[in-house]
Amino acid sequence: MNKDLPHYVVTERDREVLAAIQGGLPLDPHPYAVIGRTIGMGESEVIECIKTLQQNGIIRRMGVIVHHRPLGYQANAMVVWNLADNELEIFGKQASKLDFVTLCYQRRPHLPRWPYTLYTMIHGKDRESVLERVETLRSLAPTDKVDFQVLFSSRRFKQQGARYFNRKQQLLTTAATQQSHFTL
Amino acid sequence: MRRTEPAPVLDSINRNLINMLQGGFPISQSPYQEIANRVGISEDELLWRLEVMKTDGIYSRFGPLYNAEALGGAVTLAALAVPEKEYEQITELVNAHEEVAHNYLRTHHHTPTLFNMWFVISTETREEIDTVIEQIETETGLKVHNMPKQKEYFLELKFTL
Repeated sequence: MNKDLPHYVVTERDREVLAAIQGGLPLDPHPYAVIGRTIGMGESEVIECIKTLQQNGIIRRMGVIVHHRPLGYQANAMVVWNLADNELEIFGKQASKLDFVTLCYQRRPHLPRWPYTLYTMIHGKDRESVLERVETLRSLAPTDKVDFQVLFSSRRFKQQGARYFNRKQQLLTTAATQQSHFTL
Repeated sequence: MRRTEPAPVLDSINRNLINMLQGGFPISQSPYQEIANRVGISEDELLWRLEVMKTDGIYSRFGPLYNAEALGGAVTLAALAVPEKEYEQITELVNAHEEVAHNYLRTHHHTPTLFNMWFVISTETREEIDTVIEQIETETGLKVHNMPKQKEYFLELKFTL
């Protein structure tokens, strides 16, 4: 839950709209009108609904969801960092400003064997370019001796599309949609 | 699995479009016309370019990025240390759960790492996360390490126009 926003209660109408747009907007000059027709709503009602959902953080943003591999981004690494509590905030903020960092999360460690608390996702054209980027990130770490691991994905076993609602508009699965932004 | 086919060639307009559209899409009566105006092409040409790029698999869709937690759902990252000879079998067991959304084999680039299987579990409620974890532990005989998000550092949207 986004702590900065007051709690917004999603209505049935909201759920209908969310379910109708989850598969993507049609390539039509008036996509929101097309969406509206499928659920018996007017264009302006759909637009207002989506705006409200975005303002309240239910929809993070509308945008294009890219496939990174066809764009030439063949390699990705999850780089995990062992940072003290007082270092996390500064390093996390610095990391999230770099354009090659596509996700940046603080996660629960599993002591003593897994002390890593900050998770950064880094994409690149190949492993070498990912490692160069890791090095750039490492140079921002609080000490040269920072403990980190670079975990390359070597096989993808399952990546299902994000489907949030079934036909009855029940919340179905909340598959974590990649929010990555790839600069071409 | 690594794909080896070359990346499709994108001209400067398409690159521009993809860069721009990752950052947002207008919520208005004629959103494609707005985008077309920004790029300096006609709406027809824009729709055609988007159609072609979709067919080429450059992008999967235009649409919303939901905040799952704000919708009441729960999502977590989980990790397993899987013995190498059991990868296939454990993978099948884990992926059989429809709540498992992404599952990657991850290896350190030069040294062994503790956890080699990483997957996302997403459910309608927080309690169901624990249920799925318990089920996977029973089925695989392995300890599932739950690594829920404690804080997200939001990325700044980058435009390269």
